[in-house]
Amino acid sequence: MSAAVATTSTSDSTPAALETGYNFAYLDDQTKRMIRRAILKGIAIPGYQVPFASREMPMPYGWGTGGVQVTASVIGPSDVLKVIDQGSDDTTNAVSIRKFFARTAGVATTTRTRAATVIQTRHRIPEEPLAEGQVLVYQVPIPEPLRFLEPRETETRTLHALAEYGLMHVKLYEDIARHGHIAKTYAYPVEVAGRYVMDPSPTPKFDNPKMEMSPALQLFGAGREQRIYAVPPYTRVRSLDFEDHPFTVQRFAEPCALCAGTGVYLDEVILDDRGGRMFVCSDSDHCEERRAAGHRGTMLADGTVDGETTDA
Amino acid sequence: MREGALIEARGLTKLYGGHVGCTDVSFEIFPGEVLAIVGESGSGKSTLLSVLSTEMEPTAGSVSYRMRDGSVESLFDLDEARRRVLMRTDWGFIRQDARQGLRMRVSAGGNVGERLMAIGERHYGRIRATAEDWLSRVEIDVGRIDDRPTTFSGGMRQRLQIARNLVTHPRLVLMDEPTSGLDVSVQARLLDLIRGLVAELGLAVVIVTHDLAVARLLSHRIMVMRQGRVIETGLTDQVLDDPREPYTQLLVSSVLAA
Repeated sequence: MSAAVATTSTSDSTPAALETGYNFAYLDDQTKRMIRRAILKGIAIPGYQVPFASREMPMPYGWGTGGVQVTASVIGPSDVLKVIDQGSDDTTNAVSIRKFFARTAGVATTTRTRAATVIQTRHRIPEEPLAEGQVLVYQVPIPEPLRFLEPRETETRTLHALAEYGLMHVKLYEDIARHGHIAKTYAYPVEVAGRYVMDPSPTPKFDNPKMEMSPALQLFGAGREQRIYAVPPYTRVRSLDFEDHPFTVQRFAEPCALCAGTGVYLDEVILDDRGGRMFVCSDSDHCEERRAAGHRGTMLADGTVDGETTDA
Repeated sequence: MREGALIEARGLTKLYGGHVGCTDVSFEIFPGEVLAIVGESGSGKSTLLSVLSTEMEPTAGSVSYRMRDGSVESLFDLDEARRRVLMRTDWGFIRQDARQGLRMRVSAGGNVGERLMAIGERHYGRIRATAEDWLSRVEIDVGRIDDRPTTFSGGMRQRLQIARNLVTHPRLVLMDEPTSGLDVSVQARLLDLIRGLVAELGLAVVIVTHDLAVARLLSHRIMVMRQGRVIETGLTDQVLDDPREPYTQLLVSSVLAA
């Protein structure tokens, strides 16, 4: 997964020193081979959950142990890594994982979506369209889309094997019956390549259309549940729906308060206890790039107003 | 298999280790026919039903079934995928305990619609309209369509189970003690409903019951089982009015006249 793009603009200004005593990218080579075999099988059968022998990682379950193992198995010395957590490059989880690979693999890191060859993500797909040659690695907490409808693993495997997905639609039916619309807004189930129904990890359903026919390779790792699955480039990914209640994504009434971006996923930020709030891009890199290009949102603290307080 | 028969069992035997579940049971059912299997607890009637519904593999014997296209298939030679499709389209199973036959955490409408969605219906409005139609056919207030079965009475749950099973217009319905555990007036209404639907839809039914009154009311033919064997078969009225075997005589005479 190498790329000609070697330029990095990292936010971690000082590159971490390479740790000695560890194998490249932490995992030993036998483990990586085992995980790569699972990944290859996953790519061969899009959307199928491949069991793998998940290892203990130096981080707690729920922090992305599955994604880290997948990243460690696909990353090479010439790769450029970007890690996002809820779209943001600078939260604890993202910073820690980026540092982890900088120290154990010595790879270049970046916050720029375009410059990255491997992007590990928790709960978002970058706004910037991905390109061929890029790998998107998802951290998955619960890989089984049928889990909360059917608790037995033996039974869910049979349902997948026989493509019996009526149950998934029962869940959507219940949503419409109760709320008048499909209320599921994240981890929205998708059908991959016309066969397997897959949980796209807890990304907002806003991101589902980005998976469809994506030129990038999408890999999903669930460490605690010991499953890997994949969506190869240019694969059909269809969100489940009813003919008379078609799938729709969230819409936002106002643009990003910092970069005035529209058609992007926005986070709500509470400003005070008097109802003050702002909506900003969840994808921090996208927002920064737009601001660098001169886009100005309504609440952007303007650098020219020197010394002035910007508090509301 | 005889011309026109829907399902035929030949020499069905199920052993649990050395213990006998049922031995050498043979019968056939024609479309629109209701067969009652009666006998005391432990006589093997539930074992027989489990084997018929392919929940358990028989130790010996075979079951042939005439598919909708007229071809005859041996049930236990079908692969699991086809068997499951058959179960949820062409067959119904009404269980004694409605909690096993229903999804208790899914609304009544979702319960009825599940089979439709399983066979590929993807239009919410049509699913809902069909569910409403079936709820009214089994005499459940359509206003309860979004309520969960947990809020339903025992009789309503059984009727919901019937709607859920019949929505795909199956040709064969297996019933395991559908009326036990209900009080007498509710039982009577439920039996009435089942009798009406069976006649209207031309269903073939295998009903397992220990209640001879249920057998007399619903069934055309009857099979008396004891210790895993069929000891007497015949037309229901004939067997109940003029039982030949001593055990059947005992069974008939044990019924309390109201």
